Order: sequence, then structure tokens, then C-alpha cells
Amino acid sequence: MNIELLNQAAAFVSLEADLLDHSEYTEWLNLWEESGTYIVPIDPNTTDFANTLNYAHDDATMRRLRVERLTSGESVSTVPAPRTIRSLSRFRLLGDDGQAVTLRCTQILGEFRKDVLKHYTADVTFVLKRAGDSFRIQQKVVRLLNSTDALACIAYIP
Amino acid sequence: MTLQAASQGLTLADLVQQDRVHTSLYTDPALFEQEMDKVFSSTWVWVAHASEIPEAGSYKTTFVGRQPVVVVRDRKQQVHVLLNRCRHRAATVCEGHKGKTNSFVCPYHGWSYSLDGALRGVPSPESYGDLLDKADFPLIKLRVEEYAGMIFATFKDDIEPLVDYLGPAKKWMDLFMKQGGGFPVKVAGEHRFRFPGNWKIQLENTTDAYHFPLVHKSFLSSVDEQTEKMLDFVEGPGLVEDLGNGHSVMVMIPELVDLEANLDAPIPDRFAELAEELRKDYPEDQVRRIVRAVGGSGFNLNLFPNVACSMAFFRVLRPVSVTETEIHHAAIVMDGGPAAANQARLRLHEHFQGPMGFGTPDDAEAWDRVQRGSFAGTNQWIMLNRGLAKEVETPDGRRSDVSAETGMRAAYRQWKKLMTA
Ligand code: FES
Ligand SMILES: [Fe+2]
Repeated sequence: MNIELLNQAAAFVSLEADLLDHSEYTEWLNLWEESGTYIVPIDPNTTDFANTLNYAHDDATMRRLRVERLTSGESVSTVPAPRTIRSLSRFRLLGDDGQAVTLRCTQILGEFRKDVLKHYTADVTFVLKRAGDSFRIQQKVVRLLNSTDALACIAYIP
Repeated sequence: MTLQAASQGLTLADLVQQDRVHTSLYTDPALFEQEMDKVFSSTWVWVAHASEIPEAGSYKTTFVGRQPVVVVRDRKQQVHVLLNRCRHRAATVCEGHKGKTNSFVCPYHGWSYSLDGALRGVPSPESYGDLLDKADFPLIKLRVEEYAGMIFATFKDDIEPLVDYLGPAKKWMDLFMKQGGGFPVKVAGEHRFRFPGNWKIQLENTTDAYHFPLVHKSFLSSVDEQTEKMLDFVEGPGLVEDLGNGHSVMVMIPELVDLEANLDAPIPDRFAELAEELRKDYPEDQVRRIVRAVGGSGFNLNLFPNVACSMAFFRVLRPVSVTETEIHHAAIVMDGGPAAANQARLRLHEHFQGPMGFGTPDDAEAWDRVQRGSFAGTNQWIMLNRGLAKEVETPDGRRSDVSAETGMRAAYRQWKKLMTA
């Protein structure tokens, strides 16, 4: 096992998680490849995200619009903004074709807004394109454990 | 059970007036119990779109009020709505949202039922001697009727046929289905979410244009200028019409009532790329028809009590308790239509709907606030007099301007009729 690569990829996605928890969205947007896609599927088994209904299927434009919505103060469901704390673990390298590394991990996320604390558990798969001595995100797929259930509003970026 | 409002000297009939309803309609558990019986068990309730159960053996599970049911297509293509309850000792015979099966076998003691609900087999029957006639114990069946692919069920054998219940709403259903763009309309997944509030708060919202510019400000900021202008309808020429039996239609964008009309109108900028893509495979007239259908209809049709044809999707509500409601927003695609057009429809749905959409979470937050606020001033009223001043009689019912509360008044009139029957 390539421990160094694993650590490097884990450190990168931990940074991504930290940026989201601390609402550092400009930095977060900069982690992405322009052609990258951010996906939160409903169907736990699908890999054909384009032809399936998802919770989110964001290209660069939609990511930018999503950040604007969360920070504009125009959306009643994001004022006050929910606070989140997420923890990533169980990192595993699924592949490495020389250009990009595929990493899978768990994400345990707590969300607090007004008087409600909620938890979401997810399997997250990243495709990370090598960029110098770091990476850029080509794809992030967040598979919520309860994606097929009736959820409540998710007013942040899981 | 006594009504909350009884302490204020009010009877059930007093709770709905021409221009207002009593706050306890959102908060009274006793009223909720009565609604389950007198509304949801006494009228036509939407259970499925035909495309959700396309083949023999296809089923989906859902609810009529609080009662779990299975909607299933049998080998003769007949649709049945069966109570999801074994006739032995009540276990559900089917779990999961949807699937395909040859029969329903109860997991507890193994009684097995065919797709039409008939009891076929009972393991080790000897112990019953001749006490058990299988013909007496089929899964309990609701009455089922279908219009324009929309399947409804009812516990009542003596109420009017579905087509009579729908009445003038039928022509709006026909118009809505034109968003197949020449292909059959097909349900392609749904967003499910719950909000901590009464079901009627959501019911009202389907014909509430008034909230749109405020609650959906962040959505409007995320679309192009043409779309933003199109959605600036609150002071526009649209209308709300009471269609009788609690149904109503809100026309926000009159140009988009008939998706097969005005095919020569310029293609909106946001669909220019899609149109270009479609031109590779389709002649110009078909391209225009498909592109026009992709954006959905310019109206919301509310069908009392639990479903709406809402611009480009089906909105389904399920009462869970007096202060909790589950909502499904079922996405629609063109069955056999071009992948690019269907992808555009799915992305549009994701953009507004669902727990991560740019629209739905703000609706849900507003409804949550309504429910919270309704616990203050328990003798107060929910005001529904907007647009009453300009309301006029029409052949189908009553009509007023686009942001009138005419649709809500229609729904509550039907609510009162059923609750006091
Ligand atoms: S409860 Fe179904 S077989 Fe006994
Ligand atoms: Fe809304």
C-alpha cells in the first residue's frame, strides 16, 4: 500500500472538509477542476448520475451559485446558517491511473441550526487529479446512508 | 375527542369561514384524527402515476392517509390498491418503495397472496380444519380509477366516479401531460422530505403565488434574466381559479398553459444549447415541441387532498401527524425521449426541488415558521381573503388574480364539506 499517497490524499480531503465546516467557500471553490462535478445521489447503487435524479449534481456554475445562495442572506432556510462539524476517516485508495487518484472515506457530519441537531453519515468518494504536489477535485460523490429516506432541508454543502 | 376550539364556543362548521380558517386547523390533534377518517378515507386520494408501475408485477408502496397500501399491476394489466396488511395477524406483506414481484408472501407465517390480492396459500392448513375459507381472506382492496395516467384510490364505493370528482380539473391534467413533448410522461425518481408542520400548510402553498418573489429570492438570483422575468408573475396577468371539489389551478405564466401552442415563439436563451443538440436528431418542429416541454407548464393544478401537477413535477403530500408532513416531488421525464432533454429536466428539478434544491428548503422553512407561529394566539384566524374583492364567477367555478387565495378558499370549502358530512 502506498501510505505516502494515502496520507497525501487524506490530508487534501481533510482540508476540503475543514473549509466547508468553516464556510471558507472561495478557497473551497478553488480546490476544484473546472470540469469537476459534485454529486449527492439518491439511488445508492447508481453510477449513471447524469441520467438519474440526484439531490445535487453540480458543475462549476452550479457550485458557484450554490455558494452564492448559502452566503447571500437571501434564503430564509440559510439564515441563520447551519453550523456543521464533519469528521472523515477510514480512508482507502481505490485507484490511481497516474493522472488521478480515487479515494473513498466515511464522513460523519453533525449539523445544528436553530434548536435541532441532526446527523448525516455518508460514504464519500473523491476523484483527485494530480496538480503539482497537491490535487484538484475532479469528482466528489457523497452517498448519504439514508439517501432513500425522507430527508429534511440540507442548507450547507455535505 | 373534543375540539380545541370548543373552549372558544366554536363548532367544527365555524372553523372554516368564507375568508378565514381557525388556527386550530393546524394544531388540533383531534381534528387531525377526524381528517384521516372524513377526508383521507372518504374521497379520492392519489396513489401513483401509471409509469411508476409499468409492467405486470410492478408495485409501489404508499399511504392513503396513514394507512399503508400497495399499488400493483397484475398479469392482466389491471391496477390494484391493496391494504398492506396480512389478513392473518396484520404484518405488512410488502416492504420497500417499489419493485417487481410475482406474489406477496407474508414474512410472519407465510400466507401468500396473488397480485390481485387473493389469498392463495396458507402453510400447514390442517390445524384450521374447515374453519378457514381462503376466499374470505383476500388483501383488502380499495376502489381504483385512473385519469390521464394518474391513479387514485378510495375506500368509498358510493362516491362519484373519479372523472366526475375531477370535473373541470381534467382539462388541466390533459394540458399538464403535454410536457411529454410528444412522448409519454414518465416519473423518474422523486425527492422526499419532511417538514414539522400540518399538511394543509403545504396544500395551501401550491396555489400561493404571493410568497414566490420573497421566499424564492435566492432561487431567482440563481437563474438567467429571461427566466427571472418569466417568474416575475405576482402582479402579472395570471389567475387562480376554483375548479370545484377543492381543486384549483393557478396560472402563473399564461403563455405556457398550452405547451403545443406558440411553437414559433423564440427559444429561450437557456435552452439554446439544448435545441442545438436536439437538431442533430430531430426535425425543427419536433425540436421546438420538446424544448418547450422541457421547462414545464406555466401553471400549478391542485387536486384535493393530496396531489398537485406543479409546473414540471408531481407534488404529493402525506399527513404523518398534526404537526408533521411528508412531501414527495416526483420528477417527470419524456419516456423514450432524447437523453439530453431528459437530463435537462432532471437538472432543472434538482435546481429547485429537494432538500438541497434552491427553492424547496426555503418553502419548508416558511411552513415550519407557520406551524411554530400557530401555537401563539390559539383563538386567532388564518386570513385567506386575498383576491376576494376581485373574485368573479366562471363556468368552472370562481376566479381571481394570480396571487389570490382563491385556491385555498376552494380547498377549505371542500374540507368543511367532508368534515361536516
Ligand atoms: S401475520 Fe401474516 S401470515 Fe401470520
Ligand atoms: Fe414556494
